[in-house]
Amino acid sequence: MVMMAQNVTGKTLTICQNCAINTIEEGIALAQSGDTLRVERGTYREYNLFVDKPLTIVGIDTPVIDGQKRGEIFRITADNVSIIGLKIINVGVSYTSDHAAIRIVKSEGFNVSNNELEQLFFGIFLEKSSRGRIANNRISGVAKDEYNSGNGIHIWYSKNVDVQDNTVEGVRDGIYLEFSDSVHIRSNKSRKNLRYGLHFMFSNHNFYGDNTFENNGAGVAVMFSKFIEMRGNHFSKNWGPASYGMLLKEITDATISDNIFEENTVGINIEGSNRIVYERNQFIQNGWAIKVLGACYSNTFRSNNFLYNSFDLSYNSRMNDNLFEGNYWSNYSGYDLDKDGIGDIPHRPVKLFSYVVNRTPETLILLRSLFMDIIDFSERVSPVFTPDNLADTKPLMRKVE
Amino acid sequence: MLKILKYSFYDLLRSRWAYAYFLFYLILGFVLLFLNGDLSKAVITLMNLIIILVPLISTIFGVMYFYSSREFTELLLAQPVRRDAIFLGQYLGITGTLASGLLLGLGIPFVAYGLFQSNEIYDFITLIVSGLALTFIFTGLAFNIAVRNENRIRGFGYAVLLWLFMAVVYDGLFLLTLIIFEEYPLDHFSLSATVFNPIDLSRILILLKLDISALLGYTGAVFKNFLGTKSGIFISCLALLSWIVIPLWTFMRKSRKKDF
Repeated sequence: MVMMAQNVTGKTLTICQNCAINTIEEGIALAQSGDTLRVERGTYREYNLFVDKPLTIVGIDTPVIDGQKRGEIFRITADNVSIIGLKIINVGVSYTSDHAAIRIVKSEGFNVSNNELEQLFFGIFLEKSSRGRIANNRISGVAKDEYNSGNGIHIWYSKNVDVQDNTVEGVRDGIYLEFSDSVHIRSNKSRKNLRYGLHFMFSNHNFYGDNTFENNGAGVAVMFSKFIEMRGNHFSKNWGPASYGMLLKEITDATISDNIFEENTVGINIEGSNRIVYERNQFIQNGWAIKVLGACYSNTFRSNNFLYNSFDLSYNSRMNDNLFEGNYWSNYSGYDLDKDGIGDIPHRPVKLFSYVVNRTPETLILLRSLFMDIIDFSERVSPVFTPDNLADTKPLMRKVE
Repeated sequence: MLKILKYSFYDLLRSRWAYAYFLFYLILGFVLLFLNGDLSKAVITLMNLIIILVPLISTIFGVMYFYSSREFTELLLAQPVRRDAIFLGQYLGITGTLASGLLLGLGIPFVAYGLFQSNEIYDFITLIVSGLALTFIFTGLAFNIAVRNENRIRGFGYAVLLWLFMAVVYDGLFLLTLIIFEEYPLDHFSLSATVFNPIDLSRILILLKLDISALLGYTGAVFKNFLGTKSGIFISCLALLSWIVIPLWTFMRKSRKKDF
């Protein structure tokens, strides 16, 4: 709305199929900086539209722009451009250049909202652009293979971008960030994507919250980044042999709080990540709630709920430098004689069986056999293989609300 | 044969064991449902319990019954009745008692809590079918032990060992094999090793319900593909059926020739 208010100063050009101006290309050419283009209902077969001056392009009753699979649709190279309420279909697929429905290059103050993108290669592609907003877009692709599909929202070398309330499905990576800092990703839905729902690489000081990631090839991957805040997201049904709710790789100083991990093969897969605080997360009926691989130091797990997971925690080493305190574990079998709500004996969340499964994955089918229960019990009583300092010394007796 | 079935059935009903067994499940069912208030969770808890408990009770009960009814058997053998009829009648009598104990004991509380209106009916049927199959299998195995051992103490010993082997040791050996041969593709081996143990087969049915997220990871996919298909279900039912038929057949053969 702020953007539109700024542009009210300019004049308005109407584009429709029976008007004097009947293509968007012509409209852009005739418009002055700061003008508004009203695109009325209809189908416009156009592609390679270059927006090189500050314009507001508004679709009335979602006009369709059909790229006929011949290339990129919009390329924006000016500041303060808004694209609102369009339906863009049939973006060209190319193996040499990343065609996008809307590409924003080295621009500031952009606003891309309320658009529908279908039959696309890349959806919205930001290239060295900053201070903009991507909101309420619905992106749905029909990606089948990773090599010939693109990402829904691709953010590369960009700063200060708000990505809000978008729905992305059926593409390679739902939302992709590389070398981008201070990006806020909030209330998006990313589902049924081939690879990751959200993919982070080398991007620091970002926030993502209240998003839903469901049924993606491998959930969410956060790699090689610092100071990331992840709050209130919902990760569910990311199923498969190399699938996880969240994959953390070389992440430091992050906060992961109030997230829900539900029915994933692996809730969080952690590799080489240090100084991360995990608080008030819910891990419900995952295969593995948390899988720790490689060197992870000084992480804190506090006030989380671990409910009915096949394995709550799995380690691949006998060292532990992480702190587990005040979590609720649904399979804690201790008691609370002094009635202070904290179990009187420590809980050891790592089962010996999880080591066996790490070594020989086929043994998984012995899960819940009496034999394994006996072995786990004896290991719990006197730890030999599992790290003996790995215990929650203050297990809660009741769920964290 | 029907007459003998009826006699042993009523005989068992007169003994308090059958009622105890029935009441045990009845109380268990009601308590679980009362505490959870949730049919699906109660089914899952019961599945865990049934795969251990039903084989144990069927084995012990089977051996015990065979030994205690020996005088009656000898009396019957003196009459003009076919041997097959006597022994088959006894087998069906005891399995009928145990099976109806299980069926009614669990059926009544679940029906009272609205089983027919819920979506859990298929899970409950799986539970009951695997429970019944385990009853038939382990009673048959127990009769085999009893007919081959005159010494009661030894018979009981073997029965407990059988249960221990199937419920615990088998999985231990299975695990060892998997670890020793971990470099080899073990999908088919683990699949067939599971099918060959009725307790494991029933356990996999539970895993498919309970730990589907974990199973979709590694080997699980193989199991899902196997047990999710018609041929998979057919093969596992066939395996359970042959576990019932083969012990029964060897028992009948032995009892035909045995000198009482």
